[in-house]
Amino acid sequence: MNPKLPNSFRTGPDERGHFGIFGGRYVAETLMPLILDLEKAYAEAKADPAFQAEMNGYLKNYVGRPSPLYLAERLTEHLGGAKIYLKREELNHTGSHKVNNVLGQIMVARRMGKKRIIAETGAGQHGVATATLCARFGLECVVYMGAVDVARQQPNVIRMEMLGAKVIPVQSGARTLKDAMNDALRDWVTNVHNTFYCIGTVAGPHPYPMMVRDFQSIIGIETRQQMQEVEGRLPDSLVACIGGGSNAMGLFHPFLDEPSVEIFGVEAAGHGLTQLHAASIAGGRPGVLHGNRTYLLMDGDGQIEEAHSISAGLDYPGIGPEHAWLHETGRVKYLSATDEEALEAFQLLSRLEGIIPALESAHAIAKLTELAPQRPKDHLMVVNLSGRGDKDVPQVGDILKGRKT
Amino acid sequence: MTTRIDARFAELARQGRSAFVTFVMAGDPDPTTSLDIVKALPKAGADIIEIGMPFTDPMADGPSIQAAGLRALKAGMTLKKTLEMVRGFRKDDDATPLVLMGYYNPIYIYGVDKFLADAKAAGVDGLIIVDLPPEEDDELCLPAMKAGLNFIRLATPTTDDKRLPAVLANTSGFVYYVSITGITGAAAADSRAVGDAVARIKRHTKLPVCVGFGIRTPEAARAIAENADGAVVGTALVDALRGSLDAEGRATAKTVGAVTEVVAALAQGVRGSKQAAE
Repeated sequence: MNPKLPNSFRTGPDERGHFGIFGGRYVAETLMPLILDLEKAYAEAKADPAFQAEMNGYLKNYVGRPSPLYLAERLTEHLGGAKIYLKREELNHTGSHKVNNVLGQIMVARRMGKKRIIAETGAGQHGVATATLCARFGLECVVYMGAVDVARQQPNVIRMEMLGAKVIPVQSGARTLKDAMNDALRDWVTNVHNTFYCIGTVAGPHPYPMMVRDFQSIIGIETRQQMQEVEGRLPDSLVACIGGGSNAMGLFHPFLDEPSVEIFGVEAAGHGLTQLHAASIAGGRPGVLHGNRTYLLMDGDGQIEEAHSISAGLDYPGIGPEHAWLHETGRVKYLSATDEEALEAFQLLSRLEGIIPALESAHAIAKLTELAPQRPKDHLMVVNLSGRGDKDVPQVGDILKGRKT
Repeated sequence: MTTRIDARFAELARQGRSAFVTFVMAGDPDPTTSLDIVKALPKAGADIIEIGMPFTDPMADGPSIQAAGLRALKAGMTLKKTLEMVRGFRKDDDATPLVLMGYYNPIYIYGVDKFLADAKAAGVDGLIIVDLPPEEDDELCLPAMKAGLNFIRLATPTTDDKRLPAVLANTSGFVYYVSITGITGAAAADSRAVGDAVARIKRHTKLPVCVGFGIRTPEAARAIAENADGAVVGTALVDALRGSLDAEGRATAKTVGAVTEVVAALAQGVRGSKQAAE
């Protein structure tokens, strides 16, 4: 497939929510009226300076933005190539980039008069961010989380419960993120009259992929300004991990029309691309699930396959539709890192920079070891450090302990 | 274009009664038993048969139908085999309307044009695709109409008067009114509210209106059938089937009978309705 290249990569989606053939609104009729209401409410909010001003206030004083753009000197020296900057999203309140999007959606929910918020979560980072903002604004919060993820991300489950959210372990399917999203959609269909579904990534029916991208674009907008301040120019390359792809889309979007900027997304290759993995672009093809057309892992009959990744946040058999389109147009290159590579990167960053990354973000770090040494010392490379690894410390500790004995 | 669905509703109108529409999952608990069940449905009282196309991620279905789909997939069911099953049914029955119900992805992967041609040739009369609202009519609805298949749309309590015309525009065969906001097998709907909703839809269309979701008993089926052109029952049949399986989830000698027994009781409920009302 060789689609005609667009004049701009930043004009999508069209009015029906399509990025090329991807995106759309593939949902049950029960949800359609609400999705149309949401589209309208979001368009009004976006055009309202008061909404923007209020959001900026919370981003500054509650989330703690702007997040720093940090020159990782020891990592740069260790890899011996490109100059590596880390966009420190892990320093946000709640510990990841997820809060940027949740803040925006909760403010839209408030405008729509919704009092009950539901969310799906994989690693628990989106669940924690949602529980946090629901606590802040006095809203009821229900989080769907696969039972497998409840077990491997206990610290985040405890955090959500402390924040007053109800965490529902999902027992269907593979009991991970995909199944959590199914059950969240079932809740939404049932409680559509009072419930707002706060989707955690750039997926789902239109307008979610666009809306979540817009709220996350603060990452790329800040990066652009900060790089201008320190280096006086644009970065040369961007790297981010991708499950659904919200941290990546947030970093990438403001740079899509800068042809000099190389852009890399890193999917989770799990045990390897020929075995169980979660790399939808590397190992999937276009299909329709969870409200949108995108790359999915599936069998020859269109049945969705179970994904696998060491990182609960990347353990999803799909990817946001805009990424699918950026892949087909060739604007973004999609790579993948295995569980093993992510584990090594997790330890490398901890020891060289004193920063324990989330296992999700460690996938992006893992690809640096290939990308950075191939590039000259004046090449400016930005990696999105999308989350911190506190939640992963027990899991990684157990894995490493198991190896010593 | 007159389909078996149109003919069946015309016939029921002459008889002065509502339709009893049954749902079972293709391939549940295995392809052979599933075909036997479908073949036995008309005699047990089903006027129209909906056959579920199993999907791994049925986001509008409750636990019973989710489990039925997974049993079918585990038994090796595919969309191709579902169409084979339709052909098997059509060998002995050329009158009972068959409607395939499910989600879009397996059809998309099969290939829309090939699917429509194969479904039509196999003897399918209509399609109900849960995750294709009117906003995505180009995908399957318009090609299906062109191929001579009815595309039966779901209307729901959230479909207001403003939106109804869009929902009804490319609908044919009948309108499926989802009586509750929720998933299959959830709480029962209030029959008076359903009556009001059906009357509202009928102000916008001449098509028959069938009502489903939340109907489990002959009494409920009768109450709904009095207010609509048909009552759809799925979860109650799937539950009866599951109750007949052995510890490993395999069919037993009781399986077909367990389903037809429930169907017969529900059919009596539906058939009692309009006569009772007269």
